[in-house]
Amino acid sequence: MLKIVGVSKTYIAGGGKDRENSLLPTLNNISLSISKGEFVSIIGPSGCGKSTLFNLISGLEQPDQGRILLQDQDIIGEKGHVSYMMQKDLLLPWRTILDNCILGLELRQIAKAEARKKAMQMLQEFNLEKFASSYPPHLSGGMRQRVAFLRTMLADKEILLLDEPFGALDALTKSEMHDWLAQICQKYHPTVLFITHDVEEALFLSDRIYVLSSRPADVKIELKVDFPRPRQRRILVDQQFIKMKKELLEALFA
Amino acid sequence: MKKYLPSFVTFLLLLGLWELVVRAFQVRSFILPAPSLIGKTIYRTLPLLGKHSLHTITEALIGFSLAIAAGILLAVLMGLVPFIKRTLYPLTVISQTVPIMAIAPLLIIWFGYGMLPKVIVVALVCFFPITVSLVEGLDNTDNDMIKLLLAMGASQWQIFKKVKFPGAMPAFFSGMKISATYSVMGAVIGEWLGASKGLGVFMTRSMKSFLTEQVFASIIVITLLSLILFALIEILGRVLMPWYYQ
Repeated sequence: MLKIVGVSKTYIAGGGKDRENSLLPTLNNISLSISKGEFVSIIGPSGCGKSTLFNLISGLEQPDQGRILLQDQDIIGEKGHVSYMMQKDLLLPWRTILDNCILGLELRQIAKAEARKKAMQMLQEFNLEKFASSYPPHLSGGMRQRVAFLRTMLADKEILLLDEPFGALDALTKSEMHDWLAQICQKYHPTVLFITHDVEEALFLSDRIYVLSSRPADVKIELKVDFPRPRQRRILVDQQFIKMKKELLEALFA
Repeated sequence: MKKYLPSFVTFLLLLGLWELVVRAFQVRSFILPAPSLIGKTIYRTLPLLGKHSLHTITEALIGFSLAIAAGILLAVLMGLVPFIKRTLYPLTVISQTVPIMAIAPLLIIWFGYGMLPKVIVVALVCFFPITVSLVEGLDNTDNDMIKLLLAMGASQWQIFKKVKFPGAMPAFFSGMKISATYSVMGAVIGEWLGASKGLGVFMTRSMKSFLTEQVFASIIVITLLSLILFALIEILGRVLMPWYYQ
């Protein structure tokens, strides 16, 4: 569905005292693909350009080289094909939870009443309806990230880009979020591109994983994760799981 | 209400001290009237104070409203078009350094002794805090939030309407509260320079007749009017932004 072919991106860093600009190669000939309904993770060292990759896919920036194809259509520089979620929940404090969820629908000029109805169904489905008329500061970090994810889902875009969405949560909340997310993906099969530092998280959630090298990033290895779904927590100690984890960590730190 | 108790008690103590000093040293009332005398004066001149206050508050409210309208217009334009901001923002700041006391007599020359020059003084005084706070509020939007909306295909206008403007409301209300307290003062300054009605006139007339207790009476009325206006803006803010105050 989404194909990234030989994409490179180099930034020109502003000069220091001598006013000489230095080149900062960030992505180096990256190719990867994701099919419809697939959950693909990208792992890489900090600052390797994962977020740049997301900016390219979402059309906020343009690559120097390469192609980005969505269903065989070139989407370089085109916005509006993806919805985004970050480590910060970015919920609007002046909107209730329900009205935060409909943001993506509103952008597409869908009538508020209809959007609210749709969002309410989703909130009910995920047992968040009791928060519908609360404001974001009243929710815990984990709950806010759930709402942020529902907002991302409800925007109804072809691809969901999740940029370390659980990076700021404590370990326990994080594993709860993993189960929750896995359950939603099982049901709705969204196409998800997931950035993370957390190898275990990537293995537990993904169908496939790409490991990027440090800057300038290229694809080091690609790993298929074919544990049956729904996945239980106990696969974390499965021999196969540990073997894959080892493989990923070796690629990451090699 | 409890949190204001220490301020209130301190205020009463100061008043008591004032009364005591005036009585103990038999200070004459045209130099410093005692609080009790000021109280009596307010009561005695209440109908007159009411009439002048009505005039002053009308000027203040019209000027304040004009400042709000102009402030929103200019701040929104600056928020939407970077070129306008680059051009007008420095000018707005510089304009504020021109002393209003120097402008006011000119306004009298140009617009006469009626209500208009006072309204303009109020608008000029109130305009700056409103505009600056709204401009800064609009600028304070989280860049990641803008990025998120852009990725979803939002237009600049949608970003403005759904995120920047509502997000700037707390700053805007802070600016309005500052301006509200300036507005009555602005009207009084305008009246000092030439008018036939208003608290400023009442004040200058009392001063020239050495009726210092009446000067103090008008100061108290001005303070009260400013506080009421401030409170109204505060209440409006709480009604319109319940999310901000919880």
